Amino acid sequence: MRKTPNYNLIFGCTLTAITVSVIVLGFFWTPFDPDAMSSAEKSMAPSLKHLLGTDNFGRDILSRVMEGAGTTLSIAFLAVSIGATFGTIIGALTGYFGGTADEIIMRINDAITAFPSILLALVAVSITGGGKTNIIIVLGILFIPSFARVVRGEFAKQRDMDYVKNAKLMGVRHTRIMFVHILPNIAPVLLSAVAIGFNNAVLAEASMSFLGVGIRPTESASLGRMLLDSQAYLFSAPWQALSAGCAISILILGFSLISEGASYRPMWRPTTKRRRK
Amino acid sequence: MLDIKNLTVTFNDGRPGMAVKGINLHMEAGDTLGLVGESGSGKTVTALTIAGLIERDNATVDGEVIFEGKNLLKCTMDEMRLLQGKDIGVIFQEPMTSLDPLMKIGRQIEETVKLHFKLKAEERRNMALEVMKLVGLPEPDMTYKKYPHQLSGGQRQRAMIAAAFINHPKLLILDEPTTALDVTVQAQIIDLLKRLNEKCGVSLLFISHDLRVIKRVCKKVAVMYNGEIVEYGDTEQVFSDPQHEYTKELVAAVSARRKVNA
Repeated sequence: MRKTPNYNLIFGCTLTAITVSVIVLGFFWTPFDPDAMSSAEKSMAPSLKHLLGTDNFGRDILSRVMEGAGTTLSIAFLAVSIGATFGTIIGALTGYFGGTADEIIMRINDAITAFPSILLALVAVSITGGGKTNIIIVLGILFIPSFARVVRGEFAKQRDMDYVKNAKLMGVRHTRIMFVHILPNIAPVLLSAVAIGFNNAVLAEASMSFLGVGIRPTESASLGRMLLDSQAYLFSAPWQALSAGCAISILILGFSLISEGASYRPMWRPTTKRRRK
Repeated sequence: MLDIKNLTVTFNDGRPGMAVKGINLHMEAGDTLGLVGESGSGKTVTALTIAGLIERDNATVDGEVIFEGKNLLKCTMDEMRLLQGKDIGVIFQEPMTSLDPLMKIGRQIEETVKLHFKLKAEERRNMALEVMKLVGLPEPDMTYKKYPHQLSGGQRQRAMIAAAFINHPKLLILDEPTTALDVTVQAQIIDLLKRLNEKCGVSLLFISHDLRVIKRVCKKVAVMYNGEIVEYGDTEQVFSDPQHEYTKELVAAVSARRKVNA
């Protein structure tokens, strides 16, 4: 029996690989200095010299998109890492052991989830003051509940499976059961949660910067900030808004496809992998 | 070696009555004891209690389970863990789902070695390959690297037995180990268990509802009904001359089926 290839995962990975390599390139090299202004080249349309044109200060938009996407992605990466790590630990413990502690933690979880997370993030960032580190910490903490919930559900399901009971009978420690036996078995779910988390983080960072509470303009370029700055020139120089907007869309599309593809299970079964060779 | 005195188990979650009502059992090293009874008669609960898998929050357990001079019911979780997989091995009914689907067979078999002894990876591997040969898994070198779904039901049950047996435990508790298998594989697994008992001297506590299987493996049998042991004795004697009403019916049911088949 031939299986249809997992197109979502293939396209998602390709798209993400391309964007990530462009971003990584942007850490070391950009066509122009993203901050260099030039009064002679203000708001120029895309040309061979400036592939995506220049903004109202005469800065090269391609360079700024590369740098801005890098900022956005690194914030998303760190925030998701924080959220996923702590969320997984909390979810694993509560899901595996259950009981009163589980109930209490999950109700706190519900309370946090009841607020729109972007609103909480905005409030928290306004209080702590903007800046990269604060955004990462605030977003990271806000992502914990969603990961905890997903992981908890899966652990609660796996906890009663025969292989877990069997491991207990062999005298395997709880921590080992949780992280050596159960965790690999929930990988598909966890991975798609991570990909969705990436999406939310990219969007959250962009929205915060767009609303002016995120990355400070002095820190580095950021996609959300670029959207905010280009609003006034939407009709006279649409390439500014378009470049930043498209960059956000492409980033998110890549992760969405991956998350869609990761929950498509057969890719994770060893036989299918072998057959692909 | 194993002495169960007046064991009583009551569930706290509202299930009425006692699951096990004060049973007494005794096993010597090398014994094969069968525990027969219908579903809900308390035989699995008994096994789980001995194995330490009854969650103490969910059930009240009274009486004594003395294994090698130690009361298992008084053991802490950590003390229990030292025995599980080393001196007491347990094999479940469901070979299809009792192995971790994402862990290679070899690693699962040697897991208990890893937990109980400090050995090099190479030594563990050799132990695993040896026990795999012993239980009759084909091409141990190849099977070592396979995943559970690549094995047949019988092979999985052999892998389970290998995992339970790798540390040469003194007692194997088998909860319906052959029920999920087809008849030919059943016969092979039974032969394997008998061989392990005769050659290696491991005691078997064999739980089943299948009288024929019990008859083939066990020297002694205890019949459970409604949480109590209603009859206990040598297998031959119990089945040829049943005393209790329930045992009579049980034996009659099997022989009636035989007549129909013949």
